[in-house]
Amino acid sequence: MIKLFIHLIRRNILLKVYNLITPIKDNDIEKINAGEFISITGEIFFARDEAHKRALEYKENKLTIPFNFQGGVLYHAGPIAKKIGDEWKIIAAGPTTSTRMEMFEPKFIKEFKIKIILGKGGMKGETLEAFKKYKVIYGAVIGGTALLWANKIEKVLDVKWLDLGIPEALWKVKVKNFGPILVAIDSKGKNLYDDVDRKVVKNKIEVLKKLQN
Amino acid sequence: MINMKHINYTDELLSKVFFKLIELAATRLPIDIQLELENIYKQETDSLAKLQLETILENLEIARKEKKPICQDTGIISFQILYGKNGPKLDIFRIKDILINIVKKATNEIPLRPNAVELFKGNTGNNIGKYIPWFYYEFIENRDYHEIIAFLKGGGCSNVSALKMLNPGVGIKGIINEIIDSTIKAGGKGCPPYIIGIGIGGGEDIAMILAKKALMIPCNEYNKEPEIAELEIKLKNAINDLGIGIMGLGSGKTVIDLHILNAARHPASLPLAISFNCWALRYSIVKLYNDKIIYPSHKEEYIVEGL
Repeated sequence: MIKLFIHLIRRNILLKVYNLITPIKDNDIEKINAGEFISITGEIFFARDEAHKRALEYKENKLTIPFNFQGGVLYHAGPIAKKIGDEWKIIAAGPTTSTRMEMFEPKFIKEFKIKIILGKGGMKGETLEAFKKYKVIYGAVIGGTALLWANKIEKVLDVKWLDLGIPEALWKVKVKNFGPILVAIDSKGKNLYDDVDRKVVKNKIEVLKKLQN
Repeated sequence: MINMKHINYTDELLSKVFFKLIELAATRLPIDIQLELENIYKQETDSLAKLQLETILENLEIARKEKKPICQDTGIISFQILYGKNGPKLDIFRIKDILINIVKKATNEIPLRPNAVELFKGNTGNNIGKYIPWFYYEFIENRDYHEIIAFLKGGGCSNVSALKMLNPGVGIKGIINEIIDSTIKAGGKGCPPYIIGIGIGGGEDIAMILAKKALMIPCNEYNKEPEIAELEIKLKNAINDLGIGIMGLGSGKTVIDLHILNAARHPASLPLAISFNCWALRYSIVKLYNDKIIYPSHKEEYIVEGL
């Protein structure tokens, strides 16, 4: 992806990239604005529908949650993983659609104090309120680019709840320079998807006029 | 008399041919889609779109070189078997059994993500489940080959697909409105730039089957009926003018291509099915002839030893 940076620099686009190391603190998050880029080194958790559901059920029933998510990075991803000997290897790990997790996320953020969510498509509603209240940002990973991201994973540190299936299990991986990732929603209420939505609603009027002629 | 040029379709040969079919679908885009993405990249001037397309193309390159799946979501798997009347003498049940076995093998070896989830028992772990992989069959006269299409359809883009049972009174205008609204609703959730397949008419099942078939019409090839072709092009341009953009971030193209297939309808119904596919349209086609095996979607041939 260095190629990309050269490309952007040639086009005179200055990228602001924050290199973040986990666990991440509130003041790291507060200085980042939507439209800037982040790159993460440290630990990342993969969780999607079923892992969110179970984590919240465990919390409610006061059962032990296998990992401490505080200051962590939550990646909406269900990987392709293969066990070679005793070790798991992540083969492919692109993002999944984040809106499916909106039903869990406000509570998940409140209970587990994660600081960054990575996924695709953005998030809406109460989740955005939680972003502001608990200082969380959202990084938009390009859907379908699963091998590029898998290559930035140094190792699988642990996996729990494999009974849910490989894509739905809870993964903890070690990453180095996991980025650049566009920050699409910041902790101050700026949301790039909202800007697009507004533009699309405006464009729709013109588009329909043209189509129906 | 034995024609020495005829391929002996043993289980072993069919297994290898079908493994390659699934591998092509998972690891490489059909050539027309790959080329169209490269074209779109070359023409793109916006920096965010350019960055995203470059990342997409880089990922495709890794997938091709390392023979690994383009995307971790290797989809729900379906096969179309288009059986040609004058094709090689092959038992269709044998084709089906071997395809199922090869799905298991491919899941383990490529590997694919296990994506078959039973209602109560959870993930089966091998992509084989109740009715999955799904099989479509067609029997075609005057054809000297069998065609098998493997389709790995991702969940994200399937989730934004839509079926609308419209009142016929709304007409073409109503159809256009629904397509635009469904695309806006899909937004960035299904990984645009999309390939959009539209099925109109028939019944609720027929419309959706046509929509999914339409996804596999080659890029920039339009309907033979001029009114439909015109609608395809108009809709494609209109959707790009909406400005949803790559990954819904407002920059670059929203749609790579759009195709419509239609069937006659019941006087009381106007079914409209819209199937969205992410830019990573993963299907592959193999044609089994008496004397050759080709993968036209990927412009590849299977070389049979000793032939």
